[in-house]
Amino acid sequence: MQPDSTDPLDIADAWAQEGRQLAIATVIETWGSAPRPAGSHLVIDAEGRFEGSVSGGCVEGAVVEEARHVIATGTPCILEYGVADETAWEVGLSCGGRIRIHVARLD
Amino acid sequence: MERATLSALNAARHARQPVLLLTPLAGGAPQIIAHDAPREGALGAAVARAFASGQPARITLDGADHFLNPYLPAPRLVLIGAVHIAQALAPMAARCGLDVTIIDPRTAFATPERFAGQRVIADWPEDALSEQPLDRWTALAALTHDPKIDDDPLSAALRAGCFYVGALGSRKTHAARLERLHASGLTPAQTDRICAPIGLDIAAANPAEIAVAVLAEIIAALRRQDRPA
Repeated sequence: MQPDSTDPLDIADAWAQEGRQLAIATVIETWGSAPRPAGSHLVIDAEGRFEGSVSGGCVEGAVVEEARHVIATGTPCILEYGVADETAWEVGLSCGGRIRIHVARLD
Repeated sequence: MERATLSALNAARHARQPVLLLTPLAGGAPQIIAHDAPREGALGAAVARAFASGQPARITLDGADHFLNPYLPAPRLVLIGAVHIAQALAPMAARCGLDVTIIDPRTAFATPERFAGQRVIADWPEDALSEQPLDRWTALAALTHDPKIDDDPLSAALRAGCFYVGALGSRKTHAARLERLHASGLTPAQTDRICAPIGLDIAAANPAEIAVAVLAEIIAALRRQDRPA
């Protein structure tokens, strides 16, 4: 495989080489009809710029905010989103699925 | 994750080496697991399943929750014959995420002008494929009708366990091809894997429609396989 300009892990490497601080978010579990499968990545930098996808656009905004916190503290976290969630009205998956996302800083 | 781990993971992915990343979810350094690493105990069994299925898994090791994420090589498509069907098939296959290479020793066919933005190699398949060997994450479609060009890569694709092997040609052409391949030492069990006549039967009437039929057949082979490790 050649380096792909849209591959989140290649982008993470390129960003790190530029000296940018970043976090990698990974879908670790899905239930029901989740838009992106487990293993999918989103890469986020300290300014909130991001590439990749963990939900096809449904919850990326919320993940980016959490990721900036992870970048600041260095402590990984696990996020969960879904329609059964109380946050569903704000950020949820309209498709009815649920996803769990792990976010960790690149050190 | 540490930067060195990310670099090593990306290097393995670019080299088409299947690897897994084992991440402790409560914190701690993720670890890369190579395909040929020794496999023992509960982790070994989970590693074998992840390589075989291509699916990530959650596992508990020493009471700690871990995520096991497989990174298997991206599927490739090798087209033997820089022909009209290949001109239609190559961009559609690339759009579907396949990494496409077109090989044809006939320099009049294998030109960059006929395949804008595609990887075209004007060489004999045997030589072109020695640079980039076939593997089980590769599909091969032989499209020239010419035994001198098609037979060798078809045989190589069957021996390499390519996830899809297709050959253009009528039933009569294919029967003659099978005789030659069997004479060269391949068994009927091996040659049964060749999709011929090539493509799903959608009554395709022109090169672009044949390309659709072939691409659909390749996608079915990719998605329905039990991805072997």
